[in-house]
Amino acid sequence: MEYFVQQLVNGLTLGSIYGLIAIGYTMVYGIIGMINFAHGDIFMIGAFIALSTFLLLTTILGISFLPLVLLVVLVVSMAFTSAWGWTVERLAYRPLRGSFRLAPLITAIGMSIVLQNFVQVSQGARVKPLPPQITGGITLMEGSSANGTIQAQLSYMQIIIIATTLVLMVGFSLLISRTPLGRAQRACEQDRKMAALLGVNVDRTISLTFIMGAALASVAGLMFMLLYGVIDFYIGFLAGVKAFTAAVLGGIGSLPGAMLGGLLIGLIEVFWSAYFTVEYKDVAAFSILAIVLIFMPSGLLGKPEIEKV
Amino acid sequence: MTDTPNHRWLDDPILTVEHLTMRFGGLIAINDLSFSIGRGDITALIGPNGAGKTTVFNCVTGFYKPTEGRIVMRHGKGAQEAAVAQATESGEKWHRDAGGAVFLLERMPDHEIAQRAKVARTFQNIRLFGGMTALENLLVAQHDRLMVASGYSIGGIFGLPGYRRAEKEATEKAVYWLDKVGLLDRADGPAGDLPYGAQRRLEIARSMCTDPRILCLDEPAAGLNPRESAELNELLRYIRDEHDTSILLIEHDMGVVMEISDHVIVLDYGEKISDGDPAQVKADPKVIAAYLGVDDEAEIDVPEVRADLSSARKEGEA
Repeated sequence: MEYFVQQLVNGLTLGSIYGLIAIGYTMVYGIIGMINFAHGDIFMIGAFIALSTFLLLTTILGISFLPLVLLVVLVVSMAFTSAWGWTVERLAYRPLRGSFRLAPLITAIGMSIVLQNFVQVSQGARVKPLPPQITGGITLMEGSSANGTIQAQLSYMQIIIIATTLVLMVGFSLLISRTPLGRAQRACEQDRKMAALLGVNVDRTISLTFIMGAALASVAGLMFMLLYGVIDFYIGFLAGVKAFTAAVLGGIGSLPGAMLGGLLIGLIEVFWSAYFTVEYKDVAAFSILAIVLIFMPSGLLGKPEIEKV
Repeated sequence: MTDTPNHRWLDDPILTVEHLTMRFGGLIAINDLSFSIGRGDITALIGPNGAGKTTVFNCVTGFYKPTEGRIVMRHGKGAQEAAVAQATESGEKWHRDAGGAVFLLERMPDHEIAQRAKVARTFQNIRLFGGMTALENLLVAQHDRLMVASGYSIGGIFGLPGYRRAEKEATEKAVYWLDKVGLLDRADGPAGDLPYGAQRRLEIARSMCTDPRILCLDEPAAGLNPRESAELNELLRYIRDEHDTSILLIEHDMGVVMEISDHVIVLDYGEKISDGDPAQVKADPKVIAAYLGVDDEAEIDVPEVRADLSSARKEGEA
């Protein structure tokens, strides 16, 4: 039981990170119908910016009050990563928006390679370690097993991750449902041309969508860095693929779907490695995706696309 | 056609299309078309299928960039020749002065035409945001003002007072228009679930929420039954009389056109063949020829047509 609870907590933590990245995929798909394959690398850039800022603040400026440092790191990495997201959209996607369907997909893959290689060249290919910053936690349960005592622990880091994700999710849901920007995004999702004719600045709305997605990815990057303590230029690829899978599983285009998909993928991965084999955890996650898509082609919470004539 | 001084499209034009030409590759959809629309008029743009009516709309509302020509939208009284000339010379998209403002629509992207020049339009097919409620549809149309009031959405999340006020005003306006088109009780239902006639009316209400100076309607009466059509006429008259909004409409239903228009422009093959008040246009032989085809012995007083006919006859005899 303790073991199960522990895995549940771990799964939710990992799922939160996937969910945050998945939102970026799903929002962009919703509004312009393209899959932004560079989004995983935006997450990686976010992690790198977070690490650089963290080191700058702690080792060079010598600030040791951790909450302050983390807050500054969060704000800085969100700001800079958003700028990256905006730039990618502006440079690589907007000029091709009126082009044939595959063009944005291909530039997205190109952009992903560019970002990876840029970071590899400028930051070096070796992994960047960061000693654990937030230690300790709460013991949820304690029991005994054949090998001695076993604990289910909820670490402070996990609390921070889950809480931050919750707050961001609530914030973004409100943003989409309550604010004029959210309304404009939903309008652009349905009919971009008509939205433009009603005075909605479609280009700006799309840019803001990329900025929002990048900001969330940077939060995920920061948390990934703090949780695992190592990052390299390649983390964006696998995390990106997983988050994309999460978005598709939940129903691409649906915001709650992305979060649900993220949590599910996280849980599947963790439970599979806990009870079966670590090697096959990715296989498990992708198999579940395949099975769900066979029976529910538009994902768990996605709306089936009805073509009206 | 005699130029009587009480024609508003000559004295006080709100929109002027000058030498508009639109080519798609080798196809000339509109050829050197010029016309004016009077402030406060209901103007009908009519013509056989494929005459280029919708293309004119698309040029006016920024859907297409015209190949050639100038489209001037005026806020404020009179033709404002000086301001138009100055704007054209300067390369700017618009010119604002004490007397009003002129906008060169062919230079502006579509959202600016809607926002700044205050031109609104509807389409032949219904383009509501079906997944959003009727009320939300009308709020999207007031997006720009709300966006500024909400401090680009930050105020919206926290519900700051400035944004609350703007949102309240926007909602009031939306409710006013929902009431006008008789859809107040359906405000919170998805727009896509409304019956066809109601969706048409909601589209007009949505356009009116952008505070347009001119409202362009592409076949608003298409598919409406006679009762709905009569309601539409009433709505359009109300908009013209109470809201200082000029209306430009494309319509095939001649009953609607003749009943509500102040001014009718007839296109055929991308060119203007007649322009005047409904009575003049109705009596114009070119219009009759375009709509009904040319009857062999009919008394049609168009020299070109007569010449064509007689030459064709000679060839036939030879």
